[in-house]
Amino acid sequence: MQSQATYNYKVVRQFAIMTVVWGIVGMLVGVIVAAQLVWPELNVLEFLSFGRLRPLHTNAVIFAFGGCALFATSFYVVQRTCHTKLFAPGLAAFVFWGWQLVIVLAALTLPLGITTGKEYAELEWPIDILITVIWVAYAIVFFGTIAVRKVSHIYVANWFYGAFIIAVALLHIFNSAEWPVSLLKSYSAYAGVQDAMVQWWYGHNAVGFFLTAAFLGMMYYFVPKQADRPIFSYRLSVVHFWALIFTYMWAGPHHLHYTALPDWAQSVGMLFSLILLAPSWGGMINGIMTLSGAWHKLRTDPILKFLITSLSFYGMSTFEGPMMSVKSVNALSHYTDWTIGHVHSGALGWVAFIAIGSIYFLLPRLYGKTEMYSTKLINTHFWIATVGIVLYIASMWISGVMQGLMWRATNADGTLTYSFAEGVKASYPFWTIRFVGGTLFLVGMLIMFYNMIKTIAGEKAYNAPVVAPAAAHA
Amino acid sequence: MADFISGFWNLYVAGLVAFGLVFCLVVLIANMTARESGEPKLQGHVWDETLREYNNPLPRWWLYLFWGTVLFAIVYLVLFPGFGAHNDGKGLRAEYDAEVAKANDTYGPLFAKYQGTDLAALASDPEAVATGKRLFLTYCSQCHGSTATGARGKDYGFPNLTDNDWLYGGSPATIKESIEGGRAGVMTAFGGVLNSDQIKDVANYVRSLSGLSADSTRLARGKDVFAENCAVCHGPNGKGAASMGPDFAALGAPDLTDNVWLYSNSEASIIDGVTRGRNAGPGSVTNTMPAWKDFLGDAKVHILAAYVYSLSKK
Ligand code: HEC
Ligand code: HEC
Ligand code: HEM
Ligand code: HEM
Repeated sequence: MQSQATYNYKVVRQFAIMTVVWGIVGMLVGVIVAAQLVWPELNVLEFLSFGRLRPLHTNAVIFAFGGCALFATSFYVVQRTCHTKLFAPGLAAFVFWGWQLVIVLAALTLPLGITTGKEYAELEWPIDILITVIWVAYAIVFFGTIAVRKVSHIYVANWFYGAFIIAVALLHIFNSAEWPVSLLKSYSAYAGVQDAMVQWWYGHNAVGFFLTAAFLGMMYYFVPKQADRPIFSYRLSVVHFWALIFTYMWAGPHHLHYTALPDWAQSVGMLFSLILLAPSWGGMINGIMTLSGAWHKLRTDPILKFLITSLSFYGMSTFEGPMMSVKSVNALSHYTDWTIGHVHSGALGWVAFIAIGSIYFLLPRLYGKTEMYSTKLINTHFWIATVGIVLYIASMWISGVMQGLMWRATNADGTLTYSFAEGVKASYPFWTIRFVGGTLFLVGMLIMFYNMIKTIAGEKAYNAPVVAPAAAHA
Repeated sequence: MADFISGFWNLYVAGLVAFGLVFCLVVLIANMTARESGEPKLQGHVWDETLREYNNPLPRWWLYLFWGTVLFAIVYLVLFPGFGAHNDGKGLRAEYDAEVAKANDTYGPLFAKYQGTDLAALASDPEAVATGKRLFLTYCSQCHGSTATGARGKDYGFPNLTDNDWLYGGSPATIKESIEGGRAGVMTAFGGVLNSDQIKDVANYVRSLSGLSADSTRLARGKDVFAENCAVCHGPNGKGAASMGPDFAALGAPDLTDNVWLYSNSEASIIDGVTRGRNAGPGSVTNTMPAWKDFLGDAKVHILAAYVYSLSKK
């Protein structure tokens, strides 16, 4: 039995399309900065130099690409699993246009060198305020929809999206507290080691809630949907949800090992990072085991390949992360390409793959179809991107460990065996391989763009009718 | 915000850590359900037509992994700093002090031996020079280049240390002084003193001093400008501050007649330098040699001086 009302797919469509567009832009900038490390001559203009483009890359991939993917999927998932239309559709439209404005402002100010200098929170105070307003609107739409849901239980995906919305609000407000001195310049409200601690409490939880919890929300909807199997364990989702959101909050100091941060803070950061391993893997287990009994689908369904491979990378990077949090390991890995490899095994393998898989699921449905224009091209995308990731992270692991070992090697007289420049020189081959891997990943995104255009060109936008909740079974 | 070292934070941290661990333990103990026999059961709810949930027990290995990390944390906190002020002083500071003490024990005698040796003699000791070179590659090559031949540009002038041409003097003691205390040769900014024609004239004159092409009418006029404004530092015939006697050497004003250049020698670069000055405050180019005494200590500076000295005394 279906009612007449329809879901609000418009804002989902807008965000889904922009996910692909910003993904291409952000990764193109990634490929450019990767090239600049191999060929420093490419730093032609100050506006396009490595130091200006690197934060543009991180902001574009995390907040533009990742952000749009999260808005698209959360707006879709919350409506469908609450069996009701989106609450306050006007605000939802505001969230879309406001967020696009933030992205455009970031793309203008960062190359101009207008920055707070805090990693992943570079945008200056007027943009910070705009972000805050949009985030409040987002929270109203999301939690409003939950409030008017037609089913008694809140579906697990929404717990994760909800935790993400609340946590990011908290992180953004505390870390961005700053004193404006002019329209385009502000100074952090904190100083010295406190500033560092607040920054990495923010930085790590940006990873934990923006790039992890929210994407787990995505996983909890799209994996069981695409596999057409029940979630493996409700109990596991409860346990790992609470353990994850609780533990993440205390792990930030692992970014500040061997600094002026007091010992106890470093130890707490390290221990809670180790404890974070099991809760993180809880999500991976729940996702992968959901597929049990349907493994054969992996062979023929490239969307499922994206989703399940993303869970493997998630498991890998959340194993690697706790290891890197151990002080003595961090003494080797910190400042090296190992960190960059870890970042991208999470960012490309987990975040980008789960987002890509979910968008492939969404796009046709937003136009009243069930299939993308070409399943074969999705498969091609999958393999090109997988090779790209492997080249990227394997080269970074090798160069990272190599750099760490070169930097600490000493001669019999206690002097350093290698000058810094020798370490740079030895890294060139690996940076070249990373550039190739990154380019392959970008090519995959271009294939996705083509497939998307072919899927939606000439199609009428579609809003599915709201599904009535199923009568409760025993 | 109170500083992290105030007593309050100790209590706060201890409370927080204890709460965190107890929280994890409670979650674990509450969920140690045994495996059920038979088919896994579905929960009662359905969302969005197809979404359902089994309620399988937590995988054993996963539970043990979780237990393991929590127990590890407890043991670690007993042995190392982390639980408030408990074990304070056993942490990184102690680790660092121990490592420094060990390094001093191992390398101290070696450096002490060098430190007692005269610089000129040290410069012909191949082992000392090899150590000096390695120190140079770590601390000095960023500016002076890995072959110590320097680098020149419009906005930077890192002197060549191999050509036996010195700004401040090439005796072993003077070289050591340069390294110990650093150098920052100051040249006045003439932008507000001379007009642009005069500056162009004197630039042509300076170029002519080392035989570079120059405009003959300008260089004739530039000679007078030079005598009035530049000779105080660069000497009456442009042969540099050191040519006026040892008391002047510390000015560091280079010899302008030897065709050895600190900065780029193009007319534009000379004009820019004379206009903005060097190390002369806001607006001028900052081009300084850092002081190394406090950072490296006398023993290492001593070996570095011997190495630099060895480069031009072959
Ligand atoms: C930040 C760049 C920088 C670094 C690093 C640096 N120098 Fe220098 N050095 C300079 C500059 C610039 C000058 C010229 C200063 C002036 O003209 O007043 C100079 C001058 C010197 C001189 C005097 C040369 C002369 O002609 O009188 C010596 C000797 C010297 N440096 C040795 C060293 C040694 C040894 C180290 C490493 C411990 C070192 N420098 C590191 C920039 C640097
Ligand atoms: C107060 C002393 C002083 C006065 C006066 C002075 N200079 Fe200099 N000049 C210096 C010093 C010191 C340097 C080296 C700057 C450095 O180390 O960065 C220098 C550097 C230069 C150089 C660069 C040399 C090279 O090898 O690249 C030129 C050219 C020069 N001066 C020209 C002039 C001219 C022309 C005048 C007069 C208009 C002048 N100077 C007046 C002290 C002075
Ligand atoms: C085509 C794909 C990509 C390429 C070629 C690429 C390349 C790069 C390069 C060259 C850097 C700088 C590394 C350095 O400073 O040494 C970087 C940093 C970073 N990238 Fe990417 N990237 C890509 C995709 C992504 C994606 C999809 C994400 C996130 C979802 C991401 C997140 C980051 C982050 C967070 C950093 C900063 C890491 C740090 O500071 O430790 N990247 N990337
Ligand atoms: C249990 C989970 C994880 C833990 C304990 C962890 C731990 C760490 C550690 C120790 C570092 C290095 C800090 C340093 O030396 O500077 C790091 C860096 C980083 N990690 Fe993770 N990580 C985890 C999961 C992830 C995931 C899933 C992602 C991405 C989606 C991610 C993204 C990053 C980023 C972006 C950085 C670089 C930060 C910077 O320096 O700019 N991490 N992480």
